[in-house]
Amino acid sequence: IFSQEYQKQIKRTHAKHHTAEAIETYYQRYLNGVMKNAAAPVLLDLANEVDFAPSLMARIVLERFLQEKEQAIPSKTLINSMLRDPSQIPDGVLANQVYQCTVNDCCYGPLVDCIKHAIGHEHEVLLREMLLEKNLSFIAEDQLRAKGYDKTPDFILEVPVAVEGHIIHWIESKASFGDESSHQAYLQDQFWSYWNRFGPGLVIYWYGFIEELDCHRERGILLKDCFPTDIVTLRHSMAQR
Amino acid sequence: MYAMLSVLIRKKLLPLRTFSETETWGSENHIHDRLVSLSLLQKDFVPFLLNFLREQTSQILTNGPPTPAKTPNSKAHGGQRTGPERRTGHATSSRVQLFSQRTPVTAGTTDTSFSPATASGGSSSFSGSSLGSWSGGRRKRSEVPLVPASSPPSQLNLNNLEEFPPMGAASGWTNKPSRRINPTPVSAERPLSKPKTCFTSTPVSQSPAARWAAGSSLEAFTAVQEGNLSSVISNSLQEEREMLKKERYSLRISFDPGTPTKPSYTRSASLPPESHLVTCASPAKVSCKKQLECLAQLYSSCIAENLVPNIFLELFFILQLLTSKGTSTAEDGDSDPEISERIVSGRQHFESVHNCVYFAVRVLDYQYEIISHLEKGMLKLLAENERIASFSPTLHKRLRQAYENSTAKVSLLLPCSVQSVSFQPETDNRSNFPSDRAFHIFKKQRDIFYELLREWEDNHEKTGWDFDRVLGNKIRAMMAHLSATCNHSHFARLFQKQLIQMCKGPVGGGANWGDTPDQDVLNMLGSDNLSRLKRLQERFVVPQSIRGPCPPPSFPGCQQFFRDFILSAGSYQFNQHLMDSLCLKILELNGLTLVEHEHSDGEADMEEQDEKKRFTVALLSLRLLAKFLGFVVFLPYRTAEQPTRDLQDSALALRNQTLPVLDILKLLRQSIRDQRSILTIPWIVEYLSLVDHIAPFLDYYRKVFGLLLLMVLSEDKEMSFLNKLLILAVLGWLFQVPSVPEELFFTTDDRQERFMLDTVTSARALVDDCFCIFSCTGELRKLLASFVAGSGGKNGGFIRKITPTAAESLAPKASVTQRKLQVDLEQAFFHNQPPSLRRTVEFVAERVGSNCVKHIKATLVAELVQQAEAMLQDKVKEEDVNHDKLLEEVCTHLYEEGAQALIKGREFCKKKGPEAVRVLLPEETSAAVLSSAESIAVELATERACGWLSANIAALIKREVKATFNRMLKVPGFPLPGEDALELRRDCPPGCQHCAPFPSQIINEIKDVLCVAVGPREEGEVVDFVWLECLLGRLSQTLRCRKFMCPTSEQQLAKCTVELASLLVSDRVPLSLGIKSPEKSHERLRVKNNPTCGLLKLLFSIWKEDFGTCVPVQLILSKKNMGYLAEAKQREWDLFLFLLRGLIEHELMRTSEIQSCLHSLAELPWPSDFVKDLKRLSRVFVSEHQIEEPRINSCELTRQSLATVTTQS
Repeated sequence: IFSQEYQKQIKRTHAKHHTAEAIETYYQRYLNGVMKNAAAPVLLDLANEVDFAPSLMARIVLERFLQEKEQAIPSKTLINSMLRDPSQIPDGVLANQVYQCTVNDCCYGPLVDCIKHAIGHEHEVLLREMLLEKNLSFIAEDQLRAKGYDKTPDFILEVPVAVEGHIIHWIESKASFGDESSHQAYLQDQFWSYWNRFGPGLVIYWYGFIEELDCHRERGILLKDCFPTDIVTLRHSMAQR
Repeated sequence: MYAMLSVLIRKKLLPLRTFSETETWGSENHIHDRLVSLSLLQKDFVPFLLNFLREQTSQILTNGPPTPAKTPNSKAHGGQRTGPERRTGHATSSRVQLFSQRTPVTAGTTDTSFSPATASGGSSSFSGSSLGSWSGGRRKRSEVPLVPASSPPSQLNLNNLEEFPPMGAASGWTNKPSRRINPTPVSAERPLSKPKTCFTSTPVSQSPAARWAAGSSLEAFTAVQEGNLSSVISNSLQEEREMLKKERYSLRISFDPGTPTKPSYTRSASLPPESHLVTCASPAKVSCKKQLECLAQLYSSCIAENLVPNIFLELFFILQLLTSKGTSTAEDGDSDPEISERIVSGRQHFESVHNCVYFAVRVLDYQYEIISHLEKGMLKLLAENERIASFSPTLHKRLRQAYENSTAKVSLLLPCSVQSVSFQPETDNRSNFPSDRAFHIFKKQRDIFYELLREWEDNHEKTGWDFDRVLGNKIRAMMAHLSATCNHSHFARLFQKQLIQMCKGPVGGGANWGDTPDQDVLNMLGSDNLSRLKRLQERFVVPQSIRGPCPPPSFPGCQQFFRDFILSAGSYQFNQHLMDSLCLKILELNGLTLVEHEHSDGEADMEEQDEKKRFTVALLSLRLLAKFLGFVVFLPYRTAEQPTRDLQDSALALRNQTLPVLDILKLLRQSIRDQRSILTIPWIVEYLSLVDHIAPFLDYYRKVFGLLLLMVLSEDKEMSFLNKLLILAVLGWLFQVPSVPEELFFTTDDRQERFMLDTVTSARALVDDCFCIFSCTGELRKLLASFVAGSGGKNGGFIRKITPTAAESLAPKASVTQRKLQVDLEQAFFHNQPPSLRRTVEFVAERVGSNCVKHIKATLVAELVQQAEAMLQDKVKEEDVNHDKLLEEVCTHLYEEGAQALIKGREFCKKKGPEAVRVLLPEETSAAVLSSAESIAVELATERACGWLSANIAALIKREVKATFNRMLKVPGFPLPGEDALELRRDCPPGCQHCAPFPSQIINEIKDVLCVAVGPREEGEVVDFVWLECLLGRLSQTLRCRKFMCPTSEQQLAKCTVELASLLVSDRVPLSLGIKSPEKSHERLRVKNNPTCGLLKLLFSIWKEDFGTCVPVQLILSKKNMGYLAEAKQREWDLFLFLLRGLIEHELMRTSEIQSCLHSLAELPWPSDFVKDLKRLSRVFVSEHQIEEPRINSCELTRQSLATVTTQS
C-alpha cells in the first residue's frame, strides 16, 4: 500500500521534475556535487531532498548526461539497459551514483520492478498449484499467447466453474493491493478486455482490495483476496457447452 | 351487408354450410373459382363480420368502469378523436420505440405510417397504416385490439388507399379491451346487402367446423363485390353513421371525452377497483342465444378457414370478451324490456356481459383445436376459468384434460452467463489480419465496443440520456479507425455475434430488461377478481409481442443498442459489411437440417428434444438477424411519410432495377419446395416487417408477399397443425405491420390475383404436402408456446451454436464416374438408415478431420519447428546471415518432412474415426452398418484433413518457423535463448518440497545488502556475516527449486550476486562477524578475509551449480565494479585474485577472457598506483595459468599469491 501511495505521489509530481529547468538544475547540482566529492551519495541525496524517487532521478540525470555526451536524445532502450546494468555507463562516477540510486529505491527502478515481477510470478505459480490441486484444468497465459490470443489473463479455465454462485471463465492473479486507481486501470486495460473475450472471470488480489471495488460481480468480474473455497464445478453429465 | 347479417341472424337463416361443398369440388379444377370466392369473402364479408362483432361488443368492453375504456365512440365522429389522442399520449410513454426520436403526434393527424415520427407515437404507425389502407373491413378489424380509428365518413371508399387515409394518431394497440371499436365504415357495406337471399336456403350446420357453403357464398359475394364497386355507398352510410352516433352517445353518458392528452391509465387507476365489481356472468341471463350461436359459428368458420388475417388477434378478442366486465348499466339494460327490441334490431346482441361470455365460450369451444395447443400455463388458466366452467362444462372438461396432457411449457429463461463473444484464435488471431497495426487496432476496437455497450447498459434508462449525443462520436471515431485499417469485416462479425449473443433472450435482452409490467395490461385488468386472467391475456399475444397482440416491429431491450449503434455509426462500409455478415449467418442457419422424427418412437425423444432445441434456437436467431438485415437494407429508403403516388411510381421505376441483397424470394420458394418453410417464413416475415413504404410495391417484393399470402390461404390439411398455426401467426402479424399495405391481404388487385393463380399451380402442389416433415404434433409446441406466451417467447437461453456440418470433398483420386458411383452408394447407404446415423458420421468426419489437423500441428509441425529452431540457432550464431534467406533455406528443408503429415493424418483418421463412430452409434447397430459408417467417416475425415494438409502444410510450417524465429530474435538480453530455454526447463531436484524461499524475497534481501554496501549507510550499520552466509544458502535453495523461478527473477539474482561479489572483494560490505570474531582477533587479516573467501566460495558454487541462467560474472571486471576496488581504502588484491581463480576453477570464465578483460581494464584512466597493482596482478594471474600447474588447495594458493602481490606492491 505504501508503495502504491508513493507511486501516486510520484506520478503527481512527475511532471514537475521533468521540466527543462528542473532537469538542468538537477544535472548541475549533480555535477557540482560530484566535483566536490565523487564518493558521496550525491544523486541519492538530491532525490531525497526534492522528494523524488531516486531511480527516476538517476534516470533524469543519466538522460541529461548522455544527451550532453552524444549530442542527441538517447533512446529509451539504451537508458533502460544502462539503468539495469550501470556498468555500461561510460562515466564511472555516474555509474556508481546511478547504481546507488537504484539499489536504494524502494519503489522504482529495475531491481524493484524485478521484485514485483517475481512476486507476481510466484503468486501465479501458487495459483496454478491450487488449480491443479482442485483439478481444474486451465490454459495458462503463455499457451494462450502462443495460440494468438491478443489479450490473455493468467489462466483460462477450460471448463468454467462457479465461484460463490458466479460463473467464471478466467482467473487473474494480482500480487498487489487492489486500490481504486490501480483497479480502475486494470479494469480498463485488462479485466474488461478479458470479459470481452472470455466472459466473466475472477481477479485475486493477494494483498487484499477495497471492498467497494467488488461491484461488478453481477456483470462478471469477481474480486477475491485468496483462492476461493466455494467452487462449484460442472458435473459431468451436464458437461456440454 | 349489415342488414344482411342481421337478417341472417334474426331469421336464423345462416349461411353456415359454408365451404363444405368446396371440399367436394376437388380443388384442382376449381382453384380459380375458389380463390375468387375466397377473395370475395375475404374482401367484404369477413371484414364486415369482424367489424360487426367489434362494434357490437364495444359497449360492453368499453363501458366497464374498471377498464380504462374510453372511446366507444371513436367512430367517425370528428369530436371523438379524443380517444385516440389519449392513447397516443399514453403509448408514447409506455412503449418501446422503434425510433428514438419522439415527436408528439397529435390525434387526428394522418400520418400514414411507418416513420420515425409516427412510430414514436407509440405503435401508432402500425395501426395507422393498417387502419388506413385498403378495405374498410380490414381496417376495422385490424383496429380491433388496436385503436378506434376515427375516419371521416367521406373516406369510406374502401377500395381506395388514398381516399382512405389511415388514422395517424391511432395509438397502436393497447391491451385495453375498450379498443375494439369499429369505426363506422362497417356500415358502409350495409347498402350492399341486397343478396341476402343467397343465404336463406342453407340450413345451419351443426358442426363446429362448419364451413361456408361455397356455392351460395360465391354468388353472394360476387354480387356483393359488384355492389361494392359502385360508389353508391355514401347516403345510407351516412344515415347509419348518424344513428350509431346517437346510440353511442346515449350509452356513454358519463364518459368524459375530453382531456385528450391524459394518459388513459391514469383514469382507470384512479378508479377504486373494489367499487366496480365484476359482473357475475351467468348463462341463465344470456339472451338471444341462437343468434349468438350463429355468430359464433360464422366467426369460427372464418377463423378455421384462415379468412381472418390474424388468428391471434381474434383469440385475443375472444378472451377479452370472455373476461369482459359488465357495468351496472349493462346489467340494468339486461332487464330492460327495451332491450329485446334492440335485439330484434340485430344490433345489440352483445349488450350484456352474459352474452359476450356466451359468445366467447362458444367460439372457444369451436376453436378448441387451437386452444388445446396453447402453452400449459395458459391452459391451466383457461381450465380454471369460472366463466367457462359455468357456461360450458364440456369445454371446461376438455380444457382440464388438455391441461393435464399438455407438455408445452414456455422454456425458462436461463440467464446466460456469457454475454460477450469469445475470442476464437481461428478467426481472431494475428494471422487473420493484414498487418500488426490492423490487429492491434482491432484489439482496441473490440474493447471500445464493449465499453460502449457497458455504458449503454448503465445509462440508457436514465432520463435525458441520449444515445447519439453520448456515444455517437465515439462510434464514429471507431468507424473511422475501422475504415483506416479495413477492419470492417471483423467488426461486423463481432457485431453480429454479439447481437445474437445478447438478444436471444426473451425480449431480446438480458434478464433485466423488459421485465416491467405493462401498464396497459395492468389497467385493463385492474380488478383483483380477474387477476388470474391477466396472465392469460398477457400471454395471449402473437409472436414477439410483449405489449399486445400486434405490436409494430420494434427493437426491444438490447436490440435497441444495436439499432442505435447502426444509426449513429452511419457508416456505409460498416452497413455493407454488416449486411454481408448477416446474410451469411442467415443462410447458414436457414440451411439447418430439419429432421423428421416419428413421434411414436419413444427412444427418439431425446433426439427430438435436441432437434427442437436446435430448431428453436435457429429460428429465434434467424428472426433476429433478419430483422436487423431488414432494418439495414431498408434503412436508406425509410421515409417519414407515405409517399404520394407520383413519388411512389418514380421510386418504383428506379428501384425495380436493383437486386435485393438477399434473394428471399428464392429462399422462400426453395423452402416451400423443400418443405421447410416453417423455418424460413418466420424470419422472412421479420425481414419484411421493416420494409419501407415503397418496397412492397416493387415487383420483387410483390411476388414475395403474394407467395406468403398464398401460404395463409392455402388450407393444407396435411400440414402439421402447429406449423400452420405458427406460420399463420407470423404472417398475420406481418400483414398488420404499418408499412405493409393493406391490400396485400384483402387483395382484389387483378394483377396480384393473376400472380397468385400463376403460382398456385406451382406452389400449391408443393404446399399440399408441405410440412409433413414436422408431422409430430409436439414439434412446435414449445415454440408456439413461447410465441404465444409473449414475454416468455424468443427466449432460447440456449447458447449452442449451430454450424451445419458440411464435409468439403476434395480432389478426387478415382475417376469421375467411379467417384460418382461411390457417392451414390454412400447416399443410398444413408437413405435407409436413421437420419441420426448420417449426422453422426458427418459429425465424426468433421471433428476427426479437424482434430487430425490439430494433432499434426501439435506433433509433427511442432517437431519440425523445434528442428528448425535448432538449425536456425546454429546458423544465426555463426555469422550475420540474411535472416529471410536463412529462414527460406530451413523451411525448404522441412517441407520434405512435412509430406509425412499426409501419412500421419491418414493414420490418425483411421484410428480415431472408427472409435468415435462406435461410441456414438447405438450399441445395436449391425456390424455391417457399423463398419460402413466407420469407413465412410474415416474416408470423409481423411479427405477433409489431408485436403487441408496438402494444401496448407508448407505454409503452416513456414508460418510457425517464422514466428519462432522472430521470438528467438526478440528475446531480450540473451543472445542465446536456446541454451537458456533448455536450462530453464530444468526441474526441481527429486523430492523437492517447494518450500524454498520465494525468489522475490531473496532478491529483496540481497537488495538490502546491496543498499548497505553501496551506501549511504548509517554509522554502525553492518551486515551480519552469518546472516549473509545463511542468505546465500537460502539463495541456493531457491535457485534449486524451480517452481517459483522465472527468467527475470533469476537474471536479477545473477546480477545482484555478481554485484555482491564485487562489493565483497572491494571490502564494501561491512561484515560483522558476530561471536566468531573475538576468537581469532590476533590474526586480523586472515580472520577478516576468511569469511569473505567463504562467501565467495559459496557464490562460486551457487553460480556454477544452482543458476540455470548464465551469470554475468564478467561484470566483476567491468569498469564500474573495478572502480569499487580502486576506491577501496585497502585494496584486497589477494581476495580479488582468489575471486579470479575461483572463476576459472569453476569454469565460470575462461582464462583468456579474464586476461583480455584485465588487459583492457589496464587501459582505463585509473589512479596510477591502481594501474600498477592491476598490471602486477595480471602478471601473476597469467603466470599461474600459463604454467597450468596442478591445482593446489585454493586457500594455500591464496595465501601464496597474496604474499606475492603484497610484497610486490
